Amino acid sequence: MARADVLVSADWAESNLNTPGVVFVEVDEDTAAYDVNHLPGAVKLDWKLDLQDPVKRDFVNKEQFEKLLSAKGIANGDTVVLYGGNNNWFAAYAYWYFKLYGHESVKLLDGGRKKWELDGRNLDGERVSRPATAYAAQAQDSSIRAFRDEVIAAIGNKNLVDVRSPDEFSGKLAAPAHLPQEQPHIPGHIPGAVNVPWSKAANEDGTFRSDEELRALYAGVDDAKDTIAYCRIGERSSHTWFALSELLGLRNVKNYDGSWTEYGSLVGVPVERGA
Amino acid sequence: MCGAPAQTPVLPAGVDLSKETVIYGAVSKEGAPVPGAYVRLLDDVEEFVAEVVTSASGDFRFFAAPGAWTLSVLHRDGKARRQVQAAGPGLLEASLQLS
Repeated sequence: MARADVLVSADWAESNLNTPGVVFVEVDEDTAAYDVNHLPGAVKLDWKLDLQDPVKRDFVNKEQFEKLLSAKGIANGDTVVLYGGNNNWFAAYAYWYFKLYGHESVKLLDGGRKKWELDGRNLDGERVSRPATAYAAQAQDSSIRAFRDEVIAAIGNKNLVDVRSPDEFSGKLAAPAHLPQEQPHIPGHIPGAVNVPWSKAANEDGTFRSDEELRALYAGVDDAKDTIAYCRIGERSSHTWFALSELLGLRNVKNYDGSWTEYGSLVGVPVERGA
Repeated sequence: MCGAPAQTPVLPAGVDLSKETVIYGAVSKEGAPVPGAYVRLLDDVEEFVAEVVTSASGDFRFFAAPGAWTLSVLHRDGKARRQVQAAGPGLLEASLQLS
């Protein structure tokens, strides 16, 4: 996997906004951001309403995902270019989610909304509709999604990469600081996890660091072992999953989307606090 | 902690200010609010903690904890940076001007 296969630059995006077979999709934590303005022609996916089961904590199933993408006008053969705010956290999450359901050609816009805005590139508030398709998804690819029992079994055996900020890792903060800190889960991290904050993989403008910088950053992640990345709800760890799996080409990297909100609520599992 | 703030931040329902340490303020340039600025909260060793985008009125807010923090602002019209010290839970106003 080469960088060019999975990342596109803002320049490339700007000159391909109207290219047939290329669909730009915005995914934000702030789901109202798209409604204010977006890349011309881009459609919106709401990470909560569109991608989460409406009742239980899980993703939409294969049929629901097919229905969603068909309604958005995304075809199996389209190249999907994802972008969003928060340094592409939720766009990376959507990237991983598209891969989970087997979409072949999916890329991230390097730097997302942030670089686009800092560059002063054009955004508009036009309503976008695309003709419906008949999208067919694959069964979920379990090789990139970790569940709680596998995570507990991984303690001492696999690489566990906690990508939250050092203050969340140590237990000083219970959530990223744009969210209230009173949370139902306990603070701390999974024993044996290494703390490599997702932010170290990104430049200040939200673009990914170079392959050389990323290799140095993750030098402590032993490629001879399987790796599980986690954060609080699985979106920042998608960003790290993307860096490890898609940019550096490490084998057997999984994202644990249950992440700390699940692990930190489990009864009886081991937890560590402190740096 | 700080003098009476010029304005209070908009907080989600149910936020308990006896428990939450809210660092908030507005980003401005030459007296005018700057919407769409990227405000980062960095910890006491300058490590990234969180980032938000300022609202239409230039406002931002973080839920932090007592301690030393740095705010760093990035916008295509300029940058700004300042350090703040949160003594305890409650509201801490920390506005910034782009230069």
